[in-house]
Amino acid sequence: MDAPAVNITVNGQPVSVPEGTVLLEAVRAAGVELPTLCYHEGLAPYGACRLCMVAITEPHQALVASCAYPVEEGIVVETDAPEAVTARRLALEFLLGRCPQSNVIRDLAAREGVTGSRFGAPLPERADELCVLCGLCVRVCREAIGAAAISFVGRGVERRVGTPFDVHADACIGCGACAEICPTGAIEIEDRGNQRILRTWNTTVELHACPECGCFFAPEPTAFLKEMLPEAADVWGLCPECLRKRTARQWIEQMPVGPA
Amino acid sequence: MPLIPQPAPPAGGALLARLHAINAEHGYLPEAELRLAADELGVPTSQVYSAASFYAAFTLEPRGRHTIQVCLGTACYIRGGDKLLEKLQATLGVGPGETTEDRAFTLETVYCLGSCSMSPVIRVDGDTYGRLRADRLPRILKKYRAAEGQGP
Amino acid sequence: MRVHMRSDLDRLRAEGLSTLYPDGLRIGVGMATCGLATGAAAVYDALRDESAARGLDLTLVATGCIGYCQQEPLVDVRVPDRGRVLYARMNPERARALVAALAGGELPAEGALAVIPEDHPSKVLPGVPFLNELPFYARQHKIILRNSGLVDPTRVEEYVAREGYQALAHALLDLSQQDVIDEVVSAGLRGRGGGGFPTGCKWQVCRDAAGEPKYVICNGDEGDPGAYMDRTVLESDPHSVIEGMIIGGYAVGAHEGTLYVRDEYPLAVERVSQAVAQAEELGLLGEDILGSGFGFRIDVVRGAGAFVCGEETALIASIEGGLGEPSPKPPYPAVSGLWGQPTVINNVKTWASVSAILARGAAWYTGIGVEGNRGTVVFSLVGKVANTGLVEVPLGLTLREMIEGIGGGGLDGKVVKAVQTGGPSGGCLPARLFHLPIDYETLTQAGSIMGSGGMVVMDEETCMVDVARYFLTFTMDESCGKCTPCREGTRAMYEILTRIIDGGGTLEDLDNLEEIATWVKAASLCGLGQTAPNPVLSTLRYFRDEYEAHIVEKRCPAGVCRALIRLAIQPELCTGCGLCLRECPVGAITGESKEPHVIDPDLCTRCRLCHDICPVGAVEIVR
Repeated sequence: MDAPAVNITVNGQPVSVPEGTVLLEAVRAAGVELPTLCYHEGLAPYGACRLCMVAITEPHQALVASCAYPVEEGIVVETDAPEAVTARRLALEFLLGRCPQSNVIRDLAAREGVTGSRFGAPLPERADELCVLCGLCVRVCREAIGAAAISFVGRGVERRVGTPFDVHADACIGCGACAEICPTGAIEIEDRGNQRILRTWNTTVELHACPECGCFFAPEPTAFLKEMLPEAADVWGLCPECLRKRTARQWIEQMPVGPA
Repeated sequence: MPLIPQPAPPAGGALLARLHAINAEHGYLPEAELRLAADELGVPTSQVYSAASFYAAFTLEPRGRHTIQVCLGTACYIRGGDKLLEKLQATLGVGPGETTEDRAFTLETVYCLGSCSMSPVIRVDGDTYGRLRADRLPRILKKYRAAEGQGP
Repeated sequence: MRVHMRSDLDRLRAEGLSTLYPDGLRIGVGMATCGLATGAAAVYDALRDESAARGLDLTLVATGCIGYCQQEPLVDVRVPDRGRVLYARMNPERARALVAALAGGELPAEGALAVIPEDHPSKVLPGVPFLNELPFYARQHKIILRNSGLVDPTRVEEYVAREGYQALAHALLDLSQQDVIDEVVSAGLRGRGGGGFPTGCKWQVCRDAAGEPKYVICNGDEGDPGAYMDRTVLESDPHSVIEGMIIGGYAVGAHEGTLYVRDEYPLAVERVSQAVAQAEELGLLGEDILGSGFGFRIDVVRGAGAFVCGEETALIASIEGGLGEPSPKPPYPAVSGLWGQPTVINNVKTWASVSAILARGAAWYTGIGVEGNRGTVVFSLVGKVANTGLVEVPLGLTLREMIEGIGGGGLDGKVVKAVQTGGPSGGCLPARLFHLPIDYETLTQAGSIMGSGGMVVMDEETCMVDVARYFLTFTMDESCGKCTPCREGTRAMYEILTRIIDGGGTLEDLDNLEEIATWVKAASLCGLGQTAPNPVLSTLRYFRDEYEAHIVEKRCPAGVCRALIRLAIQPELCTGCGLCLRECPVGAITGESKEPHVIDPDLCTRCRLCHDICPVGAVEIVR
């Protein structure tokens, strides 16, 4: 551990973490779970969903989103202070009102004691909304993949995620990281024949056929990975099934011939 | 850090300046211009689209020949700015953000033109009119139609 | 010419003095945006043409905002050895008459608002008060607006003639970086953008933070509707801001500054860009300024209509990549700001104060204002008040002194009910609290904030529930939508308030409203969401009776809320002039000429336009 240690107290329990750790991770290190939507340790903190609120009681008093707050020496944190609990519950109540069809939100809310919402969907035409605007898809596409095919569009309650002009995004490489990281399953991707249809993004990407068996498996736009990452060359060259078989054959062929 | 390497971002304010330039030339932000801007500035198209859709100064739809901005800032609201808006809506037959059928006027609302002592205020194509009463609006509209040669 | 060293400023000063205080007649016309909106351009043209026709020699100047916006167009006439007079409510006809009088050797009293004393203590016009005898000006102390309306904002020489760039020379040539910071700390300057954070402390954090390069930003994204102080400074005295920024850059070790100006201020953008170009030409921006070895440059960036960009992290994001989305703090910009580097970001008025402080010294500044609240603040006093305009006063003045003393009380004799300070981030304070002094802490404790200086006066005809909803309309529209509380919460509060205004509210709505407001304030990511509930919370605290009237009695005491009022023309008063019939946006009024008119209640939208324009006050608001 290169960074110096920072010592804090979480719900009465002393915790020590490296400098630069976000408070949420320190809380987790203390064995306390907090609901989150927009946090992912592989991406820069975003602080949008406001579910991970905790109360700092000393040396100053503050209600903070723990996923985006860097730990400070000596702070005393209460995760179940009334204002923190209320903040989490109201956030979930509103998200439930926004996305009544989402089982993920319903479960998260239930765990915090929220079973219904006083508030309806902000835009009636989006009553089947599953997106909670956590931004993970946008951020993974931009920060981790670097394709930046999708982004936030508009502002306020009209804010949504989309491709430029809501048409096929040339920048999309069809990797599917967005669908994978989405906490509510709001992104629809379907492989059909030689195409990967990212329905939510009005985008279609060609799939590369396996030279061995002819099945379609890798998005064509990810071909650049072969040059960029040597270890990807194999993965890109054959479909998972054929790659497995070839690797197994190679192992078999390596075995010494005949009895010892 | 990202898998696909990113070019260095353009200088601070460059994207905003480019959007303003496009807006000044075309009166709105056409798709082709935005895609070209992304290309030339070296930023993702999605980033340009985000900015274009975020700011109130920009619209992705073509505007009319004259843009009327009704100020709904606090001082203007207190002194009846909403009535100016209503009168204009009734006279022109369009709502905020919309353009008249003959493409003459686009009606917009704005949250403060900084002329609060002259409230209520509207701006038409950069001309500011203060201390307005709704009954003076038809005359102002007439001025712009007449300037086009459409007559009273 | 170029200014290579301090003494070169003397030549510029002499040039400026020759046009500020010429041997002959000088006339200044207030031509900032508000002046132009009332027809100052036509007045300027009339003065020019008439004096040319009469062969009258004069220096005619388009100055910035003179401050008493209610009285615009304003014209400032200086006759050497005779006096200096401010004329109000000018129009081309009166301008021509003025020129005729001046050509005849007269300094007329007609249309004169006040005498501006220079070296002439005796009254030059009997019956016309001195400027500082006018209630509007009596308590004012111009520091931020020291040159506003006096200098030609396009002539840097005039800025130099009024001590301009002396502070810069002093800072760069006589003081160390730390000395400059210490001076600003001693002065007790607090951020004038609304946060009130001690400016010197912010600079110290930035100076001490690791990382090169560092940056300096001027936040000119004055988004508070009802506030136009920043616009005025940028249009009327741009060099005061530029000088401040260079000083700030020197203090923290930054060589690049960005001046971010709100899009809705085209004249401000133009004047500031022009001033930057002038400073570059002179060598006051660029390399080795005044031979100090310190270099600094400024870029002007134009905003694009987003209130949230007034928040420092959103403003930075807007400069970096277009989208004005705020980010969590800490880290604060002074440590990690533009491009992740240590950045000082201050408001226009703060920078204008910096140049004054370095010119006159911290001790001078601490002599103004009160303990912990030093110096002056500029307010835009607007709304239902007799005297509107920009007012610069020492902190510590009371709300009453401001509203009644300077503002002259309510409009048309109506009773002043409340004042909104701090824009949509602030709260409404009732008249019974007008004894409170105007300072950062007092306003915050009372449930409002100082904010950027917006001060909107409201009277008995203002419905406080309607006002709360108005502010929610604004913050809801301006919310960037990133965080759940602000995005969903402002919308929910807006809907509850609308229900109450439309007569469908319940007392449970008030409880929900308070709960949501408290949550949005506590849990939002940035200052926009954190302050959006203030109008709701303050009106619930001080005007709950109005809310309850709407809910329980279905009555709007101020006679504003359309669902709860009815409009009726009183036949005994109506003269049948037909004005209301012509102007009604929905054609709800019928009647013959010279016969009493009638409003059809089914068509009427109760916008009250008829009530406002009826010349005999025949339209009654039935609550």
